[in-house]
Amino acid sequence: MKDTEGYVTADGRQIGGTLMEMKNITLRFGGVVAIQDISFDIREGEVRAIIGPNGAGKSSMLNVISGFYTPSEGEVWYQGAKRPPMKPFEVARQGVARTFQNIALFEGMTVLDNVMTGRLTHMNAGIASQALWWGKARNEEMENREKVERVIDFLEIQNIRKTPVGRLPYGLKKRVELARALAAEPSLLLLDEPMAGMNVEEKEDMSRFVLDVNDEFGTTICLIEHDMGVVMDLSDRVVVMDYGKKIGDGTPDEVRNNQAVIDAYLGVPHE
Amino acid sequence: MLADIFINPWVDMFTAPDFLMQVLWEGLVSGILYALIALGFVLIFRSSRIFNFAQGIMVVFAALTLVGLYAMGIPAWISVGLTLGVMFILAVSIERVVLRPLVGQPDIILFMATIGITLFLIGFGETIFGGENKVMITEELGIPTGDTVLEPFGGLLILQHLDITVVVVATLLVLALLAFLNYTQMGRAIRALGDDHQAALSVGISLQTIWVLVWFIAGIIALVTGIAWGARAGVSFALEVIAYKALPVLMLGGLESITGAIVGGLMIGILEKLFEIYWGQPLLGGNTETWFAFVLALIVLLFRPQGLFGERIIERV
Repeated sequence: MKDTEGYVTADGRQIGGTLMEMKNITLRFGGVVAIQDISFDIREGEVRAIIGPNGAGKSSMLNVISGFYTPSEGEVWYQGAKRPPMKPFEVARQGVARTFQNIALFEGMTVLDNVMTGRLTHMNAGIASQALWWGKARNEEMENREKVERVIDFLEIQNIRKTPVGRLPYGLKKRVELARALAAEPSLLLLDEPMAGMNVEEKEDMSRFVLDVNDEFGTTICLIEHDMGVVMDLSDRVVVMDYGKKIGDGTPDEVRNNQAVIDAYLGVPHE
Repeated sequence: MLADIFINPWVDMFTAPDFLMQVLWEGLVSGILYALIALGFVLIFRSSRIFNFAQGIMVVFAALTLVGLYAMGIPAWISVGLTLGVMFILAVSIERVVLRPLVGQPDIILFMATIGITLFLIGFGETIFGGENKVMITEELGIPTGDTVLEPFGGLLILQHLDITVVVVATLLVLALLAFLNYTQMGRAIRALGDDHQAALSVGISLQTIWVLVWFIAGIIALVTGIAWGARAGVSFALEVIAYKALPVLMLGGLESITGAIVGGLMIGILEKLFEIYWGQPLLGGNTETWFAFVLALIVLLFRPQGLFGERIIERV
């Protein structure tokens, strides 16, 4: 079937075998077809983008991957096994972390506490042990704290560690959300429009962080974006969606020259 | 008249400091119980946005179960363990039967559902344990019943050992809860869930587990309060009233705030006692404790609608 060898990117990075594969995914809400028979794969170590105009079904696709939606038809394969229907928190525990288009942070908690919640998937100590702040729970807390501090350092948000998230400006909130997802040390990181609503400078910062994350931790990233410029610079391979269908799939260069994609973005006169 | 309101009470306090200490001490004892029970409300509210009307009846139910089990010939401490087990089963059932089917419904529906739980527990409790008053098994649990007499300022201060035990146990429980919420991942998950369900799911928090956990914690709190209050006033359905005292505490402290619950509880406990002794009894014929807390809460609400420690309600347009 698929080769497991992977490929080498233009900038010389080795991409591994298939991490996640979507097979003939269809998603319906009543009579509305949000996603229609789409298949694609995500390989280990790559930055994979899903792009498309507004309403193309990108976010729905991300929600299928992260378990917030269950596909009406089709199969999701993850780490070589077919994934049964799962709740979002179970998917998270399998190593899939995500951010949201409209930022979903714990507004009343500090940045540090928010990022710490990212470690919940790595929590093994029992409730009793935690309640008593005993042995295993205590060591775990220390260990988690260390990893979280590293992520905070990495994303350069040390100076706001103790600030309640509700008080932060938009761009920083986005970064905190990324930090929380990263703290989970995910096998697959899903970013839902990480650059949405940002100014040019913030976009550049965020792009740098996304690339650095991929580079430094080797994290596989799947991101949604409708800013074409950003996507083309960031990603190794791109899926293009329009009206719930896949109209293109390939390297940024291939996609850029794909007539269907050009039509979807620039519009074609209807005859 | 004016002197009675503005001058005499302070003179009384100053001239009889030992009596003032006695009043403050008794206020502190009720205050810490109010704080504890308000904490139960806050935990459930923060993790699920449900205002748990059933907290009061849970106190009665826990106390009744404990006394009932002991009456069946089970040793006191084993009864406590079994009662905790019953409270856990109650938490699981409430999550499974009531909360889960109502996920995503408006807050008011969930609030109504907790009224339903209240009515069910009243009926259920009466069927099993009967409606008559019972005596808390204070001595059997090894709670001391004597008193210590101190003589500060050459006066007299009587400390019931029962009250001392209540203060110590309740304080420990409150501190343990605070540590649990602030310094463990589970505690963080509880706080997180209240802020954003979607985000909580995305970091691997299971709504069901957390809900069972907070309702169980509310059950533990109910048992402790039930034992403490039952030892002073007997075990009957009238105990439920203590939970309604938590309402002004919550209004005062703010529904989301753990600090608010504690400070609010202590404040109301102490202020209502002071008011009763120095203003209520001489001027109003006493029995002001039933309404003082509500009036205080009302006054605070006039100036700070979110309570003293609540989250500021900011509408961004």
